[in-house]
Amino acid sequence: MTFNRRDFLKMSGAAAAGALYGCAGGTRASGNVVVIGGGYGGATAAKYIRMWSNGGINVTLVERNPAFVSCPISNLVLSGDKTMADITTGYDGLKKHGVRVVQGDAVAVDPVKRTVKLGNGQELSYDRLVVSPGIDFMFESVPGLTPALADSKILHAWKAGPQTVALRKQLEDMKDGGVFAIAIPKAPYRCPPGPYERACVVAEYFKTKKPKSKLLILDANEDVVSKKGLFMKAWGDLYKGIIEYRPNHVVTQLDANAMTLKFEFADAVKADVLNVIPGQMAGGIAKAAGLITANNRWCGIDWRTMESVTHKNIHVLGDSTLSAPAMPKSGHMTTQHAKIAAGAIVALMSGEQAPDPMVIANTCYSFVNSKNTVHVASVHTYDAKDKTFKTVPGSGGLSSAANEQEAKYAMAWARNVWADALL
Amino acid sequence: MKYRKIALAVSLLGLAGAASADNHVLSRNMASACASCHGTNGNSIGGMDPLAGMPKAEMIKKMQDYRSGAKPATVMHQLAKGYTDQQVEMIANFFAAQK
Repeated sequence: MTFNRRDFLKMSGAAAAGALYGCAGGTRASGNVVVIGGGYGGATAAKYIRMWSNGGINVTLVERNPAFVSCPISNLVLSGDKTMADITTGYDGLKKHGVRVVQGDAVAVDPVKRTVKLGNGQELSYDRLVVSPGIDFMFESVPGLTPALADSKILHAWKAGPQTVALRKQLEDMKDGGVFAIAIPKAPYRCPPGPYERACVVAEYFKTKKPKSKLLILDANEDVVSKKGLFMKAWGDLYKGIIEYRPNHVVTQLDANAMTLKFEFADAVKADVLNVIPGQMAGGIAKAAGLITANNRWCGIDWRTMESVTHKNIHVLGDSTLSAPAMPKSGHMTTQHAKIAAGAIVALMSGEQAPDPMVIANTCYSFVNSKNTVHVASVHTYDAKDKTFKTVPGSGGLSSAANEQEAKYAMAWARNVWADALL
Repeated sequence: MKYRKIALAVSLLGLAGAASADNHVLSRNMASACASCHGTNGNSIGGMDPLAGMPKAEMIKKMQDYRSGAKPATVMHQLAKGYTDQQVEMIANFFAAQK
């Protein structure tokens, strides 16, 4: 079944939504946008396209999960400090903005006919498409790992959801004196400081509940990828004797029965709980749509509009993109991508030129324990000569030390960014 | 002839708009980057300073003080250094006009 604009208007009450925003912007934007993925990027894009077009553009959001579950803060679910309910937000807020939310899987895109096909056979027509699928895992990057194993015994918990709950259960079931190993893939991967934060907050759980336990960080990279000094200080000051950091650990073989990992240049490791984070690439629909341009993994885009370099009228956001220099794959950064795209889409669908590039920023908090946090921040501006975003010299930086004030800001950040994307 | 003059004036206005702090679309887009922490259109839901309705001069002064170090901060001193005076003015224009 093909969904056309008239059907959409009948269903969504677009006229009523127009009244919601008034006509102050004077925009003439109209047409249909389909957004694939209801994470930080897709949700933000859907809301802002509705808002900035004064309800003139019809937006359909396709998301496979019934609710948004945040990866940021999910490490605190693993440590037992937060619950899944704390990091979950429904899509009702987007519906109030007039976004039509379809729960389903986008399985194919026809960039010529401008249609998206869903797993149930339904087709959605678009004038412009936003692809914000996050990452998929390259299970073959870890010999011995299969998708089935990664969904049952050797968890990654690198997409918040059922895996977060399951890994928490494994940690609770682990005996005191057990070994928990986190294997980190080579960069680039989603959320550079995430694995090190996970180590910190799980180590705090061990320290208070299972003090004889050990936590091994097995890093495929040659050094700590993000917030190095701050994490090393936390490991030394707070978790001495619990956390051990081992760089240059590229996994060459997983034996899920023996619960061992082998490495090219280092001793094998046996653990009670193995948290193997596989290598990552753009979400599957990006590949199916022919949007991948770099290393068979990432999508090249025009940074002024987030439009794909391979297909007109398709905008790619977030972790799936070939990142600009020093640009992290983070939820916060993805919301910034969404706003570039929303501004461009609303202008282009009003028959105007894309706006001049905006300045974007990233702020990322990591908990070193349940009460103390460190941040890294950066500001990125468009370089017309090199056609990419670059960090502004002299801007950005790190916390000078872990502190309680920023733990409060971290939670305030989460509540505000969730509201900005979803409410 | 008359129409050419009008057309020229209009296109010059357009150019001026693109390069000045009076560019409403660019101001709105720039300010939206702040919303990820400070709430949609600057309406924080708590825990971060609301920016909606902040007088223009106040925001410009705050950003200058973050940059100079006169106003201590955990992160804003690092972010403020990423913006030019004109960009700060654009953002201040947008938030001052919000309720």
